[in-house]
Amino acid sequence: MTSFEIIIWTVLPYVAITIFIVGHIWRYRKDKFGWTSRSSQLQEKKILAWGSNLFHYGALAAIGGHVIGILIPQSWTQAVGISESLYHNFSAYAGAIAGLVTFVGLVILLYRRISNSRIGPTTTSVDLVVYSLLTILIILGLSMTIGVNLLGPTYNYRPTVGVWFRDIFLLNPHPSLMANAPELYQLHAFLAWFLFALWPFSRLVHVWSVPVWYIGRPYILYRSRYKTPPLGEPSLVESYPNTSNPKID
Amino acid sequence: MKIMAQVGMVMALDKCIGCHTCSVTCKQVWTNRPGAEYIWFNDVETKPGIGYPKRWEDQVNNKGGWKLNKNQKLKLASGGRFSKLLRIFSNPNLPIIDDYYEPWTYDYETLTTAPVSKNGPVATAHSALTGKELDLQWGPNWEDDLAGAPTRALNDPNMAGLEEKVKMSYEQAFMFYLPRICEHCMNPSCVASCPSGAMYKREEDGIVLVDQQQCRGWRFCVSGCPYKKVYFNHKTSKAEKCTFCYPRVEGGQPTICSETCVGRIRFLGIVLYDVDKINEAASTKDPTKLLDAQLDLFCDPFDPKVIKQAEADNIPQDWIQAAQKSPVYALAKRYRVALPLHPEFRTLPMVWYVPPLSPVLEVIEPEKDGSTDPDNVFHAIDKLRIPIHYLANLLSAGDDEVIKNVLKRLGALRSFERKRQLSGTIDDSLGAQVGLGSADLDDLYQLLAIAPYDRRYVLPIAHRERGDELLLSQGTCGIDFESISVSKDNPQKLESVPIEFRRRK
Repeated sequence: MTSFEIIIWTVLPYVAITIFIVGHIWRYRKDKFGWTSRSSQLQEKKILAWGSNLFHYGALAAIGGHVIGILIPQSWTQAVGISESLYHNFSAYAGAIAGLVTFVGLVILLYRRISNSRIGPTTTSVDLVVYSLLTILIILGLSMTIGVNLLGPTYNYRPTVGVWFRDIFLLNPHPSLMANAPELYQLHAFLAWFLFALWPFSRLVHVWSVPVWYIGRPYILYRSRYKTPPLGEPSLVESYPNTSNPKID
Repeated sequence: MKIMAQVGMVMALDKCIGCHTCSVTCKQVWTNRPGAEYIWFNDVETKPGIGYPKRWEDQVNNKGGWKLNKNQKLKLASGGRFSKLLRIFSNPNLPIIDDYYEPWTYDYETLTTAPVSKNGPVATAHSALTGKELDLQWGPNWEDDLAGAPTRALNDPNMAGLEEKVKMSYEQAFMFYLPRICEHCMNPSCVASCPSGAMYKREEDGIVLVDQQQCRGWRFCVSGCPYKKVYFNHKTSKAEKCTFCYPRVEGGQPTICSETCVGRIRFLGIVLYDVDKINEAASTKDPTKLLDAQLDLFCDPFDPKVIKQAEADNIPQDWIQAAQKSPVYALAKRYRVALPLHPEFRTLPMVWYVPPLSPVLEVIEPEKDGSTDPDNVFHAIDKLRIPIHYLANLLSAGDDEVIKNVLKRLGALRSFERKRQLSGTIDDSLGAQVGLGSADLDDLYQLLAIAPYDRRYVLPIAHRERGDELLLSQGTCGIDFESISVSKDNPQKLESVPIEFRRRK
């Protein structure tokens, strides 16, 4: 194990996770006003309807796939009777569909951002980095799913990449697991940490604001400006007789 | 029964001269910022016209406000909570900037830097969105004073059922102005549409606000409001709306649009209402009965039972007194001459309008000797220049009788005062025909014609002694985000008070 491997497969993840957590706390405390989806639907909505829905629903499916493939140990799926070949086929086909949908959505959104003169000026430099990272990550992910697993030689990443990723969070890092993975997987994982580190400082924070609690909420919300005076206190009106508007009489 | 206070506004449309002073002063105070160029919390529309944004009244396409479902239950017209979340990535009902207008500025620099030439230099229009030169095809008040009406006015959604009758030729055209602000509804569909819970109604005065710290820019409030009075700031990506000038109102001052109104058309006051009955009232099956249902919510501030309940519900004494003097209550409920804008949207709006009484003299038939009897207004009501049904589509969910009754009252008031001022006689028969006593007519005259400042604007000041945190929260991230209060045990220590959400029955 070289020190280079330790740096990129152990140090980098911890640095990125730290920035991710501290960054989010800092952003939420200091910049609630800037915490939004930064929607540009007001400027253009026809292309957005296609691009945004494809991208977001594809991305949600792809994120779900990552959770199944990386966070859930192979032993667990085997324990419930899912064979490696069954899992492999599912992940290759479902992953390919989710990845392609996300990719098409992203291409539509990028086209919209480049071609529409109203959207272009709303793009920030952080946006540019995020879009570039996302594009590269999605292309790498597609090459892995379609190029390697669907049409190519296949690679079982669950005993290597999956274990490496989980061990980071168990504070028991095993960089060598990742050092022996194929280059495509290495590059995908390497770049993903930069996306995580950038996350709290970008518009991606809107992901954490998905308002699922809207489902069970009462429709009309009231907020009181003042505390309700405790029962038994003398009437405030009596103790402050001069507060009525002098104009009314 | 739980009584709450609610601010409201009445605008007497007969007195609006369409000068846009309200819009301009409002803009200077509230939306004179990048990202808000196209936002007018207050705008004045010429009716008939398609309005701002284009065809905002067309809820078949916009899906704003509420509707009754098959089981007669009140639902958001744009769909339920779950289906909204599914459409969160792209809101199909959102107006786009062209529905308002593309904001622009002028290239003023050319005027000073252009080289000497035969013709004077021209400052061209440049889009505030793209910076590019803009060929102006639409803008704020593009329809002012019926501009373009022959081609466009029939697209006004209020023209439904009138297409055959209304001719847009110069001789037959009609028009009036409709100043619009946020309605600060009793049953606000924008608040119900906001998935982040950033929009709320203030318990004390019913003002509807957006918590800028909590808004995440999901945009459902913009499409959920049938009046299209919640806007999306394209720079901050947050919703913004009319605040009813709450910092002024809290100090007992009128909103800036009212303060600066040249025609003195605006009246401000509070009404006490029973919040427990809101849902029932908004669920009234027949849309033409929504007006009565909303009026039933307004409690009589002189009724001892109401006063007792209001005190029990922590409404201060001076607020009850202000409710008794409220011109909004008087015009809407006591004299029934003010009407809500589009009650059929079921949001129970709180900015009401006294409908305009068109030029009356012209339509009064001459007597045999050639003279006209200006008091013969009742017969003229049906022949007024502004079609009754147009006003009905705007103000009474299509019920012509409601409009006729209001216009008859206004006509009777006019005749009553003319007789009194010209011949000194008090004609009790005029009031009797419209169900008002002569004292009522006199009071209505005082109110509508010559009311001084403190009769038009009756706003009780906010009770600071109840909100001891107000001064302390100066300079913090906003009064509506996190209230800070003084700890009882240790006055030096600031306590954070969590925001309280209250469920309505």
